[in-house]
Amino acid sequence: MYSRAYKAIVSTPPLLWVGLFLLLPYALMFAHSFWLVRDGVIVHQWNLQNYAKLLHNPVYAEVLFRTVRIAASVTLLSLLLGYPLAYYMSFHAGIRKDLLYQLVIVPLWVSYLVRGYAWKTILGSDGVLNGFLQYLHITQQPVSFFLYSPFAVILTLTHIYTPFVFLPLYAALEHIPRNLIEASHDLGASPRATFFRVILPLSIPGLLAGATFAFVLTLGDFLGPMLVGGPSSIMIANIVQSLFGTAYDWPLGAAIAVCILLLTIALLFLTERLEKRWAFR
Amino acid sequence: MTTTFPSSPISPSPGGVLLEVRDIAKRFGPREVLKNISLQLASGEFLTLLGESGSGKTTLLRLIAGFEQPTSGEIWMSGSRLDTLPPHKRRVNTVFQHYALFPHLCVADNVAYGLRVTNSPSAEIPARVDAALHMVKMQEYSAARPSRLSGGQQQRVALARALVNRPQLLLLDEPLSALDANLRKQMQGELKSLQRELGITFLFVTHDQDEAMALSDRIALLKDGHLEQVASPREIYARPATSYTAQFIGQTNLLQAEVRNGIATCGNLHWPVNSTNSTTLFSLRPESIQFAAEAASPNAVRFRARIQQQIFSGSVEQLEVTCAGQLLRVRIPARGVLTGEHEFAFDPADAIPVAG
Repeated sequence: MYSRAYKAIVSTPPLLWVGLFLLLPYALMFAHSFWLVRDGVIVHQWNLQNYAKLLHNPVYAEVLFRTVRIAASVTLLSLLLGYPLAYYMSFHAGIRKDLLYQLVIVPLWVSYLVRGYAWKTILGSDGVLNGFLQYLHITQQPVSFFLYSPFAVILTLTHIYTPFVFLPLYAALEHIPRNLIEASHDLGASPRATFFRVILPLSIPGLLAGATFAFVLTLGDFLGPMLVGGPSSIMIANIVQSLFGTAYDWPLGAAIAVCILLLTIALLFLTERLEKRWAFR
Repeated sequence: MTTTFPSSPISPSPGGVLLEVRDIAKRFGPREVLKNISLQLASGEFLTLLGESGSGKTTLLRLIAGFEQPTSGEIWMSGSRLDTLPPHKRRVNTVFQHYALFPHLCVADNVAYGLRVTNSPSAEIPARVDAALHMVKMQEYSAARPSRLSGGQQQRVALARALVNRPQLLLLDEPLSALDANLRKQMQGELKSLQRELGITFLFVTHDQDEAMALSDRIALLKDGHLEQVASPREIYARPATSYTAQFIGQTNLLQAEVRNGIATCGNLHWPVNSTNSTTLFSLRPESIQFAAEAASPNAVRFRARIQQQIFSGSVEQLEVTCAGQLLRVRIPARGVLTGEHEFAFDPADAIPVAG
């Protein structure tokens, strides 16, 4: 048994950490969302004006919907890229497994910014892609819509978040006992039927975890749109950022942040329920 | 005393040949796991592949199921080539060592799996699933998830899942090894009666010689990837072909004897044999040795031996005796504490010449 003093000592740092860097900021954010700015000064006067503004000005809803749409696209594309990769590596890569795994992981060590700028260089007017297309005489002029568009944001974020989708998927596939695959074949199921009846259902927890990563991370992303998105691909976190910065309306920014937070919590709650429902043994 | 046993040829005849393994070899890299195995299975037979771990018995089973490809040789079933088919096209079902039940499906869906993926008429699936679960006495668990079941129950479901497809051949890979001793005995009995009722050919893999003896019509004993002997349990016990067989199946005394002019000599023991002059190894079962006073055979070989150790195990006494330095194991009916020298005897017909 551990003594009371020992328990107190080991539990203090994490509790302090959570209190100082998590609960306190959240409480401040929550409080700010019910205050307001008057003559460039934050007034500590409790009211619901910020939330009313969010409801009445359609711009916010529009940006939120766009953000959700982009997040959904990134999630879908990451799954479409990540699932076949994870499947191939888990079931058919053989001795190349470890090498491929490293190759998937290595980009995670590279700064987000660097990867963002890389896409900027690829997609820009003088970029690699345009240069290549003109070299092949497919296009005569530089194509400008590659960069600074929702397409560029989705492409960049898909590239950045696919490893996050891959990892839980790969772990889930690796955990499927191989004798279940053999049992399925043994009972007369073709490889295709085995995939849909055994492998896919048993990988659903990993699939949900990966999808949640991609969706939630994209939902709160503001660097992607800043680097490669134009005015047409402003996302909700960009608005929060500007409200906390140049616009200097912390209360409104906090209100939006509270909304995103609630949305994220609801989403995590839902996927966790779903994951539990699909978790076996 | 001599034992009579039904003759059982290597190639079975009664129901005709169902499965034929022709000269199968299997290598994993430099490792030769199976060496030129040839074996035939009769329709309706219960054949056991018996061997220690690493003997290749599971590999042979996996070759027949289709999970591995033979390096050379062929496998035929009912007159057509089997080893060229993918596993899902073989009319063979497997009961796996660790059951391999689908964790995301309930018991009934596990059993129905084979019927659904092979597009059996959906109208008859529930009735067939029900009948299969009834057969293994698991019908009240049809809605349960496998994780809720005990090992024995999972084993029954695995059996029902394989049998519902009415395979021509059922492969069982150490299906009882994960069960505790009592349950195992019970399941052995049930397996045997199921097999008789259904008339399905069973190819059973085990490392447990008692299990093999209790269940099988014939035993194929594997050692280091080759077949040591294939025979009925009675024959393999009474007429072991090699010293390995004699020692692996039951206990035995191995006697290194000098044979001259029809007389075998091993220390102070002398007995008449039919074989020609040479040095030969003989297997003499502990229960073939009795007290001389109780020996019925007129040509029994008598010898005096000193009792070194006595182990009482209920109905029998296990003795270790020495006769001129030669250690012998003797098994006799329980008769109280024994000491000193006694006269023992054995029937020369029970000393079986075996290959080294």
